[in-house]
Amino acid sequence: MSERIETNVLVVGGGPGGYVAAIRCGQLGLKTTLVEADRLGGTCLIRGCIPSKAMIHVAGKFEAMLQHVGAGKLGIRLDSAPLFDLGGAVDWKETVVDKLNGGVAALLKKAKVRVVQGQAVFTDAKNCSVQSSEGPVQISADHVILATGSVVAGIPSIPYGEHVWSSTEALLQREVPQRLAVIGAGYIGMELGMAYARMGSQVVFVEALDRILTLFDRPLLKPVENWLKQRKIDVHLQTKALSVVESDTGRALEVEAASGERTLLACDKVLVAVGRRPATQGWGLEQMAVTMNGAFVKVDDQCRTSMRNVWAIGDLVGEPMLAHKASAQGEMVAEIIAGKRRSFNPVAIAAVCFTEPELVGVGLSPDEAKAKGIDIVVGQFPFAANGRSLAMQAGHDGGFVRVTARADNHLVLGIHAVGAHVSELSGEFALALEMGARLEDLSGTIHVHPTMTETLPEAALAALGHAIHG
Amino acid sequence: MARYVFKLPDVGEGIAESEIAEWRVKVGDVIAEDQPLVDMLTDKAAVEISSPVAGKVLQLLGNAGDMAAVGGPLVILEVEGAGTPGADAVLAASTASVAPAAPAAPATSAPATSAPAPAPAPASRPEVAAPKVSAAAPSAGLPRAVGEKPLASPAVRRRAQELGILLQYVPGSGAAGQIRHEDLDAFIARGTASSAAPVGRSKRDGIEAIKVIGVRRKIAEAMQRAKQRIPHFAYVEEIDVTELESLRKHLNSEHASRGKLTLLPFLVRALANAIVKFPQVNVTFDDDAGIAYRHAALHVGIATQTANGLVVPVVRNAEALDLWQTSVEIKRLANAAREGKAKREELTGSTMTITSLGALGGIVTTPVINAPEVAIIGVNKMVERPMVRSGQIVIRSMMNLSSCFDHRMVDGFDAAEFIQYVRAQLENPATLFID
Repeated sequence: MSERIETNVLVVGGGPGGYVAAIRCGQLGLKTTLVEADRLGGTCLIRGCIPSKAMIHVAGKFEAMLQHVGAGKLGIRLDSAPLFDLGGAVDWKETVVDKLNGGVAALLKKAKVRVVQGQAVFTDAKNCSVQSSEGPVQISADHVILATGSVVAGIPSIPYGEHVWSSTEALLQREVPQRLAVIGAGYIGMELGMAYARMGSQVVFVEALDRILTLFDRPLLKPVENWLKQRKIDVHLQTKALSVVESDTGRALEVEAASGERTLLACDKVLVAVGRRPATQGWGLEQMAVTMNGAFVKVDDQCRTSMRNVWAIGDLVGEPMLAHKASAQGEMVAEIIAGKRRSFNPVAIAAVCFTEPELVGVGLSPDEAKAKGIDIVVGQFPFAANGRSLAMQAGHDGGFVRVTARADNHLVLGIHAVGAHVSELSGEFALALEMGARLEDLSGTIHVHPTMTETLPEAALAALGHAIHG
Repeated sequence: MARYVFKLPDVGEGIAESEIAEWRVKVGDVIAEDQPLVDMLTDKAAVEISSPVAGKVLQLLGNAGDMAAVGGPLVILEVEGAGTPGADAVLAASTASVAPAAPAAPATSAPATSAPAPAPAPASRPEVAAPKVSAAAPSAGLPRAVGEKPLASPAVRRRAQELGILLQYVPGSGAAGQIRHEDLDAFIARGTASSAAPVGRSKRDGIEAIKVIGVRRKIAEAMQRAKQRIPHFAYVEEIDVTELESLRKHLNSEHASRGKLTLLPFLVRALANAIVKFPQVNVTFDDDAGIAYRHAALHVGIATQTANGLVVPVVRNAEALDLWQTSVEIKRLANAAREGKAKREELTGSTMTITSLGALGGIVTTPVINAPEVAIIGVNKMVERPMVRSGQIVIRSMMNLSSCFDHRMVDGFDAAEFIQYVRAQLENPATLFID
């Protein structure tokens, strides 16, 4: 006899969308149940954002130490090269993940959310069964929040295996491969590929499109491209990955250029990073009679699906597939279920890329604004002219902050930046857009000296035609 | 490159200042010599002012509706070669002062009009000083252009949503039209906080504040002056136009090729004849100087309704025109006035005015004298009425003339005689053509 759970709200998926929705539901006094097949925290926490940032940090730390070997740098000299143990790094990363995973569990518990471990399988829109570790459970809910997230996409001719990794496996390795071929020069491939390059791998990128990191415009990518060039990391654009070829001479990735020419790229491991697709398979979505929007579940601006009282959030409902978007939607849906009036209408959702150097984008780029027929002014300011950046070796990567504003009333439409540590500036950028700041608001806010944030008012002043340090 | 300051030239006799009606160029425009810069309003007409030089517009000193002094700087241009000495100083001075803010408008007015212009821009980019958003301010009642997203912070957006208020209907008083908490409070206070579909009959709220500028302001000033200074008296007489109508129809059918006649040319003819006997009504009275000018010629103003309001083009020397010439001239002037193309001299110098609304003419009107004239003749509608003629009830075409006179210059007796003379001519149309 299976256990029966009657609940106000059933949340499917314990990632940044689902667990936030569940906590908020609990806070609002709704009887809430969360079902998660894997560990709490989702892709973001377990095999995405957090572990990759941990590994990028390790790679950066190791690379920085290498500067001090031999002649030394900054007055710090190492007699011999530091030794790198990827297994040790991964173990440390797991402690970070474990801590956050435990934190999510504690927060859910505090919000009185019942967590059921196992895969939910729906029989209809409001009922599901879970083969949990404690036995079978039947759950009936008034409201269902679908937050199943996304899974890695793949290339059929290059199946995942011991030598062909997805991003998940790339974060679990205990040895740095000598040569790594990365298929896909989007943000996941770039972040992980660059991290491996800094850990000592010889990395090559294969990208089917004609450019890397399509989320960002060309002037922003210049510093990233320079970084790749300086390290002699090849990026094969407009090139298709065909298959992994094993031969006497070793392993190689066979690729086809736009010209039709095929070549073999020698490699020890292959990282496939060709994007993610919504997790719509294997849990009975087809039983729920919700309307789809391509591969995604179709929702309105309140995240309602076509089925009454079934909601969907996060990666499952479309681009941008970002954890912070999922969390915002999760919080919103919880409040709507609790009877509040809400809708999802952000001015902008910031996107960050932890490449070398880092990239941030909020709102419209100059090209996007022009394409909308808006008259704009643009100002930018380099980190090379920022004291704090120079004082922490962050001013020489060609990075800058760029502000795009309407020409007529100076309303800020977009803020972008490239450079070391710029991801930490993204919050102010997003706040400026949400508050409807004008250039004069940015330039009129006194920013602390010496910090990297001083570049934002300078960029605004540049757009107004009178940068102080520009 | 140099700066050239274009100063407002003399636009009419004794005019010290003139109102900017409409800019024909904007900042950043590259203009040719003789290209129209601006339309200026004088008492009577919109005057088109052209640029004496070619160049690029750096700054416009004033907005539509502002008064500009004759001889004062109006436009700053960037020109080839030598510019105006001291031009940079003018530019600097005008950019240093904050753009003139519109007078404080009531909360119900479109927000863009009350939003201050953006902060002064550096001289190197004068174009950003022009608040295009204000120019695009919609007049249809919405506080912002269709499709433009309302600007509000997340907290304001959330509060509005909880209250069920759609922010696109809330005027914003913040910079760039941003909606603040106070704006939301004001909107709620106005009681339009319901976004639910109206059921049954509902109250209508909202007052639209319209700045009185241009032709409307001129009309207002002229009417107020006339009514304040001139002691009007009205005299209404009914006229049997049966004979006149049959003559008119006859001429229109017999002389179709010469154009169709309305009743107006006959009335003009009657007035032209009458002023010979009654010169005291064809007068312009300079009441400041205490001089009445008796005019031999009849320059008759024809009150004309245009999209912008009342305009009075003038048929000059009407006494020298035949019926058809008068008709053609009235039509030409009316069209020119409606299209805003009437020249200044075509809108000034009348000695008496006719106002006629045709079928809308009503029974009686009390028209306002077009100062400095002393008489205005109003034409009322023509109707067939049963009349008693020689003891018989007969159907006659009847029409009233409602006239007003300046009692300072015209005695009631003279006015009555004058109108009776006009009536006699119109009722016996043959006498119109006897000298």
